[in-house]
Amino acid sequence: MSEDIILEARNLVREYRTKEGMFGKLNITRALKGISFKLERGKTLAVVGESGCGKSTLARILTLIDPATEGDLLIEGKKIDIAQQKITPEMRGKVQIVFQNPYGSLNPRQRIGDVLTEPLMINTDMTPQERRDKAMEMLVKVGLGPEHYNRYPHMFSGGQRQRVAIARALVLNPSLLILDEPVSALDLSVQAQILNLLADLQEELNLTYLFISHDLSVVRYIADKVMVMYFGEVVEYGTRDEVFGDPKHDYTKTLFNATPRADVAHIKERLARTA
Amino acid sequence: MALLEIENLTVEFDTVNGRFRALDNVSYSVNAGEVMAIVGESGSGKSVAMLAVMGLLANNGHIKADKMVFEGLDLMTMSPRQRRKVIGKDISMIFQEPIASLNPCFTIGFQIDETLKEHTELNKKQRKARAVELLNSVGMPEPEKTLKKFPHQMSGGQCQRVMIAMAIACEPKLLIADEPTTALDVTIQKQILDLLMDLQAKSGMGLIMITHDMGVVAETADRVVVQYKGKKMEEADVLSLFENPQNAYTRALLSALPENATGDRLPTVSDFHLNGEGA
Amino acid sequence: MTDTTHSSAPDTRIEVLKGFWRHFKTNRGAVFGLYFFLTLVVIAVFAPLIAPHGATDQYRDALLVPPVWMDGGSWNHILGTDAVGRDLLSRLIYGSRFSLFIGVVVVSVALVVGICLGLVAGTFRGWIDTVIMRIMDIILSFPSLLLALVLVAILGPSLINAMIAIAIVQQPYYVRLTRAAVISEMSREYVMAARVSGVRTLRLMFVTVLPNCMAPLIVQAALSFSTAILDAAALGFLGMGAQPPTPEWGTMLAEAREFILRAPWVVTFPGLAILTTVLAINLIGDGLRDALDPKLKRS
Repeated sequence: MSEDIILEARNLVREYRTKEGMFGKLNITRALKGISFKLERGKTLAVVGESGCGKSTLARILTLIDPATEGDLLIEGKKIDIAQQKITPEMRGKVQIVFQNPYGSLNPRQRIGDVLTEPLMINTDMTPQERRDKAMEMLVKVGLGPEHYNRYPHMFSGGQRQRVAIARALVLNPSLLILDEPVSALDLSVQAQILNLLADLQEELNLTYLFISHDLSVVRYIADKVMVMYFGEVVEYGTRDEVFGDPKHDYTKTLFNATPRADVAHIKERLARTA
Repeated sequence: MALLEIENLTVEFDTVNGRFRALDNVSYSVNAGEVMAIVGESGSGKSVAMLAVMGLLANNGHIKADKMVFEGLDLMTMSPRQRRKVIGKDISMIFQEPIASLNPCFTIGFQIDETLKEHTELNKKQRKARAVELLNSVGMPEPEKTLKKFPHQMSGGQCQRVMIAMAIACEPKLLIADEPTTALDVTIQKQILDLLMDLQAKSGMGLIMITHDMGVVAETADRVVVQYKGKKMEEADVLSLFENPQNAYTRALLSALPENATGDRLPTVSDFHLNGEGA
Repeated sequence: MTDTTHSSAPDTRIEVLKGFWRHFKTNRGAVFGLYFFLTLVVIAVFAPLIAPHGATDQYRDALLVPPVWMDGGSWNHILGTDAVGRDLLSRLIYGSRFSLFIGVVVVSVALVVGICLGLVAGTFRGWIDTVIMRIMDIILSFPSLLLALVLVAILGPSLINAMIAIAIVQQPYYVRLTRAAVISEMSREYVMAARVSGVRTLRLMFVTVLPNCMAPLIVQAALSFSTAILDAAALGFLGMGAQPPTPEWGTMLAEAREFILRAPWVVTFPGLAILTTVLAINLIGDGLRDALDPKLKRS
């Protein structure tokens, strides 16, 4: 096999069981209805969908927080089932996540330095000094400085917090990063900075991204492959040019049509239509 | 004559760290039948001006303006009583969080009815008929049933439709939409924007669209005001703004759009340098 | 308004405390309460030095002497004496030790146990949550003083037993507060981020989540400090708390009950002491709530 597959999902299913009252009947909600995909090392797969499509559920399974109800998850060719086996620090280190809301994803009572060293303390046997050095190195790598080490999250802007969150995700040297809408809570100018940073880091560290987003313009900019989800199912899966050039499924077309476009030709067309 | 005219509006807030100027000498003017977009990032003061017009600023806010006139009525010297007559009837507003903007304790019907009771002379039966008509006009399926629903029984898009229905209940001359689609999914956003544009075209009301999204601006606006840190950067009609932006900040903002990316890197606003965030 | 001065932001815990103090001191009542409370602490600590007489010294030649400003009062006993000739001022000064001691012990016991139970209930949910919360509901369904009385009656009347009883009665409030805060914090993304980086449950509970739940607990602790003093005084008054001749304020009230008409000062001063202390602590509690709550929302 020539391609280097880092993550493979085979027919992932996730069900939520809720009971109404003590003796009520069991309600089963299928949040994921059989998701399969492969992700090559160093590439970016964008998962596109709107609220309720199951993309956050997928993220929770891929980051080994929740187990899948059915199906297999293979990371670097090894099958992983957290319902069966304990997660080793080594597995932990492979997949990390960056969340959407930089205001909620950092513990308000934790200094930036502790945010970055905590994963190292738990998962490695580095000395405190080594941990500190590693954290400093990461801070610099994401465009912050050593002077930020002792500060609290509330002293940072949204973009800076997102940089910290990226640094935290990278501190264990993962090969795969789940990016759960990492720029959708940010201002446009900050969004551009973070996207640039992500692109730089991918190149430098040979990272693989799974980029969850609802914003097609961002997806088009960053993705190699695109997967469109709708109510727990994959309705479209292909390379970026395939999906954007020739969308097959009706939902994908609706999504493309609904995305506001900020180009001059489009504005001219609109003005001509109303005039 | 312009519908709403504001000259040199300054808004300041008292904070623990002293006075903070959220809006600095900004002028706006909106004509009837026009869609004006106020666009800016967080901290640009884009919402503050319209909250000042509506009299919705918190107690620690201070307003200074040379002129604040709506249809010949001076909003600065108006008594609170007169102001209430205008606001909610001739000027109304919709907000970003549709579910949070509706009172969770009351049915949709009750809340629409309240608005109508406040501002119209209709009797009970007429008000109900009007409520159904309004829900129809914002494209709610089964309006009769919707009247009996509570906000939590509806989706975000539906709640925003109800908010719009309430906002246009008294046929306002000016509608202010503060990030009306930011909390919604893209496909729903499209529907809501279409609805707003449709209603605006039919009724000929003025519409002020406050947003951070250049895409929304491009899809809706006739005229655009670009703001940054409480100051007006540029004002232009939509086509010339996108085609030929005059201000450096506007140019930076437009080039930061991922769809305008040339090459591997996105130019950022800090490249343009107005002490942006970053390291 | 949110991102005004973050670039030159403070670095150390001291600065954080300074920020807290800036909010706290805007509430004048709270500052007054704090000063009053600190004075009380100083008095309690240095009681043997400050008090003009011993707490249990009986001056047989000076029974029921009125305070200095009334006819027959003397500077020897500024606030007068009680029925067996003990100096009221000295007893009040020594009594402050008991009141503060009761407050500290009751609050610490209730807080520590309450936090642990609340954390367990909020983290694990399920049956263990149900069991803990139902027990708390049962405790809450009794009138608190009555329950304390029953407990003391079972354990036997003494100051220690009274404190245990009051701590048990106050328990449920802490459990409920902690549980509610934990449940809402658990759904936040930083908790998930911590789990992704491999933080184990115990560390997650105490290191990650607990510090973010402290604000409402601190306020509750301040307010229940005064409740503890009140309850202890009530138990003392009913003869179920501290036993005479302990100069506990509630017990002093009980002893003086029969002289209420003949020698009103014997009842008035312990009552005033309880009143002002409780009021001061409640003012502090209010100030704490005002200072801590917006902070919580901002960060």
